[in-house]
Amino acid sequence: MTVLSLLEDALPAPLADAHPYPGRLVVVEGIDGSGKSTQLQLLAKYLQNLGQKVFLTEWNSSELVKQSTKRGKKTQSLTPTTFSLLHATDFADRLVTKIIPPLKAGMVVLADRYAFTAFARDVARGVDPEWVRRLYSFAVRPDLTFYYRVPIDVSLTRLLVGRAKLKYYEAGMDLGLSTSIEESFRIFQSRVVAEYDRMVTEFGFQVVDATRPIPDQQRETRQVIDRLFAIEKAPVSEEVK
Amino acid sequence: MRPPKWFGRGLPYLRYDDLPGRLITVEGTDRVGRSSQIRLLREWLEIQGYAVLETGWTRSQLMGETIAEAKEGHSLNRWTFTLLYACDFADRLENQVLPALRAGYIVLADRYIYTAIARGRARGLDEAWLRNAFGFALAPDLVVYLKIDVTTLTRRALETGGMDYWEAGMDINPGLDMYDSFRRYQSRLLKEYDAIAGEFGFNVLDARRSIKAIQDQLRAAVKNCLEGAPAAVPLPGPGDSPPPASPAS
Repeated sequence: MTVLSLLEDALPAPLADAHPYPGRLVVVEGIDGSGKSTQLQLLAKYLQNLGQKVFLTEWNSSELVKQSTKRGKKTQSLTPTTFSLLHATDFADRLVTKIIPPLKAGMVVLADRYAFTAFARDVARGVDPEWVRRLYSFAVRPDLTFYYRVPIDVSLTRLLVGRAKLKYYEAGMDLGLSTSIEESFRIFQSRVVAEYDRMVTEFGFQVVDATRPIPDQQRETRQVIDRLFAIEKAPVSEEVK
Repeated sequence: MRPPKWFGRGLPYLRYDDLPGRLITVEGTDRVGRSSQIRLLREWLEIQGYAVLETGWTRSQLMGETIAEAKEGHSLNRWTFTLLYACDFADRLENQVLPALRAGYIVLADRYIYTAIARGRARGLDEAWLRNAFGFALAPDLVVYLKIDVTTLTRRALETGGMDYWEAGMDINPGLDMYDSFRRYQSRLLKEYDAIAGEFGFNVLDARRSIKAIQDQLRAAVKNCLEGAPAAVPLPGPGDSPPPASPAS
């Protein structure tokens, strides 16, 4: 056995332990155009209406690495590893400043994408799956993760209706898979979906069929949320003293 | 053929079967004279006809400004502190160092991942996490460590522009004044560097000697490395040494 594997054994499995905080962490995942952000907004309305204090946080939204990400994308100089590390830095910053404090305060944190986005996208770019999982081993485990599953064609149609064209990195153009941006998007996002599918059992995702009408998906999402709040633990508000 | 030797899992999406260049890194805390030594070494190498590429900690196109701004703001936690530098390092490794090594250059690196490991350990980061984070790094052909004692280091800092917040480790020593924090933090760092020097077989030079005396030793070590002769100190890869005990924090 090599020293590396000995050391790796010493690391806990990524996201294995439940967090100790009184709040709840709910995550939505899915490829671009899956409609997960819409579902999250509707879920926030529902929870606020029930009297919960809700805090929203988005992937890649910290000020810390914003300039570097912009520069890297503009000059198209990001590699799979720098792409991954920039997002990990963004995440580590938000975890400490945006995610853990509201969890400690007994709030419901709704995260639009989480570490699983890195596990899916970065691996689809070619980074080592174990490396990226261990990079995020400081993350807290979500109480619930919804995966909005959608075929590539549906997401592609939704994206092209909403805006004029696909973005370079979202289409995986940096990998040189195809000179056609649409074809590149198809190949790259298919790999991302394959990684998400692999994680369904690994991390216990709640899979939602994202081809269905928006209200139907939201009904299903709310049913699962109701179970989390009613059965798993006592209501958040009672735990906060 | 010189296939790459990685620190950990490497970069699986790159396929380099031959890196004919040499990667030589100079490690040490602040104020030990790394940049003067590298400048002299470069000149000596170029006179002999070697093509040289210099690279230095935080000098990447991608991260340089971001790191400077983040340090200004004093708002880094121990993970972002490490990851920003990891990203800087990855950008330089893939966009400068690897292409140069493939073309047969001698790459002189002013600081390397050992700096991040020492600083991360001083901040109580998990050893396995730190090593994994830098697992994509290339193992250098030679690491020269310029070693100094904390009293000399403190005096040099005071003589040359004073101490700054991060150099003094103010982020992990709340309540201490800058001088006391500097002494405590740098003593801790020196301890970590010493441990790492043993773990990875650094070539250790006394940074308190004259510039010329250090340069002579440095050139001798580099000459050995270039001629492929066994280095003065054996250079085991990360896979050959026992895992270090995590220092008590």
